[in-house]
Formats: sequence, C-alpha cells, structure tokens
Amino acid sequence: MSRPGRDDAPDRLYTLTQGRSRSGPDNPFDLVTLVVAECDPVPGMQSEHAAILRLTGRPAAVVEIAAELELPVSITRILLSDLLAAGRVSARHPRKAAVPDPDILEQVLVGLRNL
Amino acid sequence: MDSATSEPRTTSAPRTTSETRTPLDASADNGLKIVIVGGFGAGKTTMVRSVSEIRPLNTEETMTRAGEAVDDVSGVRGKTATTVAFDFGRITLDSHNVLYLFGAPGQERFWFLWDRLFSGTLGAVVLVDTRRIDDSWYAIDRLEKHGTPFIVACNDFGGPAFTPEQIREALDLDPHVPLVTCDARSRESSKLVLITLVEHIRALYADLSRAPRQELV
Ligand SMILES: Nc1nc2c(ncn2[C@@H]2O[C@H](COP(=O)(O)OP(=O)(O)O)[C@@H](O)[C@H]2O)c(=O)[nH]1
Ligand SMILES: [Mg+2]
Repeated sequence: MSRPGRDDAPDRLYTLTQGRSRSGPDNPFDLVTLVVAECDPVPGMQSEHAAILRLTGRPAAVVEIAAELELPVSITRILLSDLLAAGRVSARHPRKAAVPDPDILEQVLVGLRNL
Repeated sequence: MDSATSEPRTTSAPRTTSETRTPLDASADNGLKIVIVGGFGAGKTTMVRSVSEIRPLNTEETMTRAGEAVDDVSGVRGKTATTVAFDFGRITLDSHNVLYLFGAPGQERFWFLWDRLFSGTLGAVVLVDTRRIDDSWYAIDRLEKHGTPFIVACNDFGGPAFTPEQIREALDLDPHVPLVTCDARSRESSKLVLITLVEHIRALYADLSRAPRQELV
C-alpha cells in the first residue's frame, strides 16, 4: 500500500474523511493555524488522526501537517476539524485583521533583521 | 528561548517521527504568511531555502475545474479535480510569531486558490527572472487587482543587465512598487528582500491610516 498523497486514488481520500464534505468556508483552519495536541493517540484511532497527534506535541501549522502526511490541505483541514470537535487538538488561529496590526509588522521586521 | 519544561505536553508527547523536524516553541501562537510568486525556475524554492529554518517542504491543494477547492470530498471522485503544488519554509521570528514563506507558481490556474490559501497574507514578493520578464505579467496583474501589497525582486541569473527603468517599463510597474535585485541563493540577499517587502507594507498601511479615504486598489 502506498503512502497517502499525491498519487492517491480519490477513493482513498474519500475513505480518509469518511466521505464527509464540508471543510467549507466555516472550517476555521487557516494554512498557518498552529495546531497543538491535547491528548496522546489512543489504540484504534484512525491512523491519520494518530499521526496528527504525534506531529503536534509542539505547535505545528496546518500546512506542515499536510506536508508531513502527504495529504492535500483541504483533506487535512477536514481531519483537523474532527480532532478539534473531539477536543483532541486545540487551534491557535492567525490574528486576522483587514489591516495588519502595526505592532505585528514591527515584530516581523525585528525578527527578520535579527535573522 | 522557552525551555521544554514550560509546556507539559512536550514531555508527555510521543516522539515518533523524524527528529529532523525542528519543532516550534511551545509558546508559538501567531502564524504569518508571505508569498513568493514567480514563473518556473525563477528561484522561488531557492529563496525559501535560503532563509528557512526548515528544509523546504512541499504540499498541494486539490481543486475542481470550477476553481473550488475540494472540500466536498466526493468531488475528488469525479474527473474534474486537479492539484496545484507549492512549497514553503518557516522562520521563527520570536516566541509568538512564526512566518511561513510560500513559493507559488504564478500561473493562471493557481490563482483560483489564492483566496483559499493565501487570504490574510502580509504581502508578496514577485520574483522575476529578467530573461523571462513576461512570466511575471500575470502575477503582477492579479496582485494589483487583488490589493495585495507586493514588491518585485529580480533574481540575478547573470543574463544581460537591465536598468531598473527598463524593468519597470517592461513590467508596467506602478512607481510606488519597490523594485530590487537579489541573489536568491544568498541568505543575506533574500533576507533583505523580505525586509524591503515588510517595510513597504508598513509604509502602505501607515499612509492609509493617515488618509482614510484613499482606496488601496
Ligand atoms: N545564477 C543563479 N541561479 C539561481 C539563482 N536562484 C536560483 N538559481 C538556480 O535556478 C534554478 C531554479 O531555481 P528554483 O529555486 O528551483 O526555481 P523555482 O522553480 O522558482 O522554485 C536552480 O537550479 C537554482 O539553483 C540565482 O540567484 N542566481
Ligand atoms: Mg520550486
């Protein structure tokens, strides 16, 4: 069996998410939402869910999780909403605003200059 | 630097996957995005690698031909789904802020996914290979229409040298958009590109708050 990912048969992706559809506009996970595990994997857990919990012992962005799992971002977001709904992960969403916070921009500049 | 003990989860978390993964500080709580757009071979991955603290990773998003990201998973079963790939790297700015850099191809089909993937992005770097300037037209057009702040960085491949005026002219670039040259292989040079972008963003928004009626188009 191949790893889940780019050459996957669509049916495999369908199975992963149990055919559930909406990761929708109301799915709160941004590409850079930082996800943190709130529990350890338990036996019998869906293997992708267990893999996510192992990856998020420290914060990891949605996009990092997708890359590690070799799954499309949209599928990863569905898996994450399941875990969030079950209280197994928490999510630190980016502070979004119509206009970026000047303090944050300053922090970005300081961080970049210190690189 | 936060010690690992400041976060109880860290010690109890199962440590399975590659220790080559550099974990974030437990206190990291604000992800930020900057997108590097450019044609094939313009040096996007090289630039991400130059400044990233992790080896650039690759991922993808699936979309239908209608341009909808596949969140109705059954849509993947039809024949209409295609995927776009992009790579990314990461820079830890401080104990809270983490900057993710995305390398995105400027081609047309990618833009269907722009909102989906890059909404809330701070801004973009259009990376130009001056031997193929017209590769960038489409990206610049879309960023302007979208109101995403951007700068243009010409990656020096040692081709014939153009003056900044020639490049601005060829790109039909708005005079207020910064234009810099860079070597994407150099960390220092790539870092300067990012600093130029963020300074530009800061100036733009400072202007906006001084003149609230001015529209950012
Ligand atoms: N001479 C020169 N070569 C570069 C520079 N940046 C990238 N390259 C090379 O150009 C090729 C394409 O770069 P890559 O980053 O893969 O382009 P991408 O398709 O935009 O991701 C690679 O072989 C790089 O080593 C540069 O600033 N100068
Ligand atoms: Mg590349």
